[in-house]
Amino acid sequence: MLRKWFLIFAILLIASPAFARSGKNSIQIKGSDTMVNLGQAWSEKYMEINAGDFIAVTGGGSGTGLSSLISGSCDIAMSSRNIKEKEIGLAKAKGINPNEIKVALDGLAVVVNPTNSVTNLTLDQLAGIFTGRISNWKELGGVDEKIVILSREVNSGTHVYFKEHVLRKNDPASQEEFASNALMLSSSQAIADEVASNPAAIGYYGMGYISPKQKAVHIAKTEGAEFVIPAIENVINGTYPISRPLLLYTNGTPEGLVKKFVDFALSKEGQDIVLKTDFVPVVK
Amino acid sequence: MRKIKEFIIEKMILLCGLAAIFFVGLIFLFLLKEGLAVFKMVGPFDFLFGKSWYPISEPPKLGILPLIMGSLLVTLGAAIISIPIGVGCAVYIAEIAPGKTKEILKAGIELLAAIPSVVLGFIGMVTLVPLVKNLFHLPTGLTALSGSIMLAFMAMPTIVSIAEDALYSIPRNYKEGAFALGATHWQTIWRVLLPAASSGILAAVMLGIGRVIGETMAVMMITGNAAVLPQSILVPIRTLTATVAAEMGEAVVGSEHYFALFAIGIVLFIISFIINVTADLFLHKKQ
Repeated sequence: MLRKWFLIFAILLIASPAFARSGKNSIQIKGSDTMVNLGQAWSEKYMEINAGDFIAVTGGGSGTGLSSLISGSCDIAMSSRNIKEKEIGLAKAKGINPNEIKVALDGLAVVVNPTNSVTNLTLDQLAGIFTGRISNWKELGGVDEKIVILSREVNSGTHVYFKEHVLRKNDPASQEEFASNALMLSSSQAIADEVASNPAAIGYYGMGYISPKQKAVHIAKTEGAEFVIPAIENVINGTYPISRPLLLYTNGTPEGLVKKFVDFALSKEGQDIVLKTDFVPVVK
Repeated sequence: MRKIKEFIIEKMILLCGLAAIFFVGLIFLFLLKEGLAVFKMVGPFDFLFGKSWYPISEPPKLGILPLIMGSLLVTLGAAIISIPIGVGCAVYIAEIAPGKTKEILKAGIELLAAIPSVVLGFIGMVTLVPLVKNLFHLPTGLTALSGSIMLAFMAMPTIVSIAEDALYSIPRNYKEGAFALGATHWQTIWRVLLPAASSGILAAVMLGIGRVIGETMAVMMITGNAAVLPQSILVPIRTLTATVAAEMGEAVVGSEHYFALFAIGIVLFIISFIINVTADLFLHKKQ
């Protein structure tokens, strides 16, 4: 009996790649953890409409997705940052031609514990906090307590975006870095959990992760400007200062199944899903 | 005919034996080939003693001193916690515990060794981290101390089982001689048995430490991963292993960052090699 089951298992194991690749009606999508819920939602809906096509979505980080695209182990890379020059060079060397498609916008929320009395921060203050120049909440009008900085790991597109746009203010010559005592957590959920339980913590992540257990900070572009909450309408009208494009990368112009999927993501239906997963649509 | 069969089997076993060494050799060569390339971009001194680890900046800052110190601090903490408890446990199992308790304890220790490290890390994250935070009034509980405590659990099974073996293999007449001279049970353990088994116990300790320094998952989950030179055991740290695990997925193949991660691999390899050789020396001294 055991032997029979073993045999069946062995056959399945050997045959499984054959199933997965039959007729090439399956695609692999990989990358940004920020986008993984969105990717899942798209693929579920897409597979419902197009029975027979198979789409697998996995996370791992924007960098992971892009390096998979370069090494040819996925068909579409999801990325919450633009591809780097270095990555384009590597891709070209391997005969891969990365093609960028903007599919949604995301507001980056800066969150603190709900018991924290600080609600309004300017971009300058944020840069000060995350580089370590401002290290106590009392400097910002809060209680006398050391600020615990939470950041994503370096494989995260969110980390890279936050560094370039908040810490370095889009200045390519800037040498600002995250404070060396910033805690590097491996997922947005880990940051959400730590902020929920730690009154002195501050962290950042995509708007979709905000829950009542964290308080989203209102952010102003400069001293004296209006403090804006991270909400969908504020990202669309451009008043919220920290928003970024969410991108799909394909090898060359999309063809076949990849094209079908990208078209679906940009269709009315796909963009409705964008809104449902708390991101901001690019096509109206 | 029989001779041929014998010959073939003999050679096959020899091949199996050599395979292990062969693979270790290959792994080391690969590490060297990929890791040494980083020294074309940063000097070995700047790499080992540099104080900033910002691998994805332009130009990248690749100093691993905070990571080395982080690893050593967590390991030291784990050793301080696990050695007294582990050796004490071994003494109890080998000398004091009655038959049944002994069996239960031994099974329990083996079970502890069987818990996957990610499970320990997860349990540590939800129980130990808030406890450490509240106990010491810290801004965060993700600290070197939390990592040390969790890693001590992981080193214990190794220390207990090897130290217990060492105590068990002491000739009976040592103990009988001590009793005959009128020594109490405790005096016998402290003055006779422990010194007699000392090389075996030291080997147990070294192997336990080797297990701790190579551990990745649990430390990544509960030490906070901040690459800063630690001033005390109550601050977040980042270890060598966690750095490789967290960053390998992102590193662009062929970049300085990628080579630097392999060079960290060499450093880890050398550290655990030294620990294992030391343990081996102690074990052989005994025989």
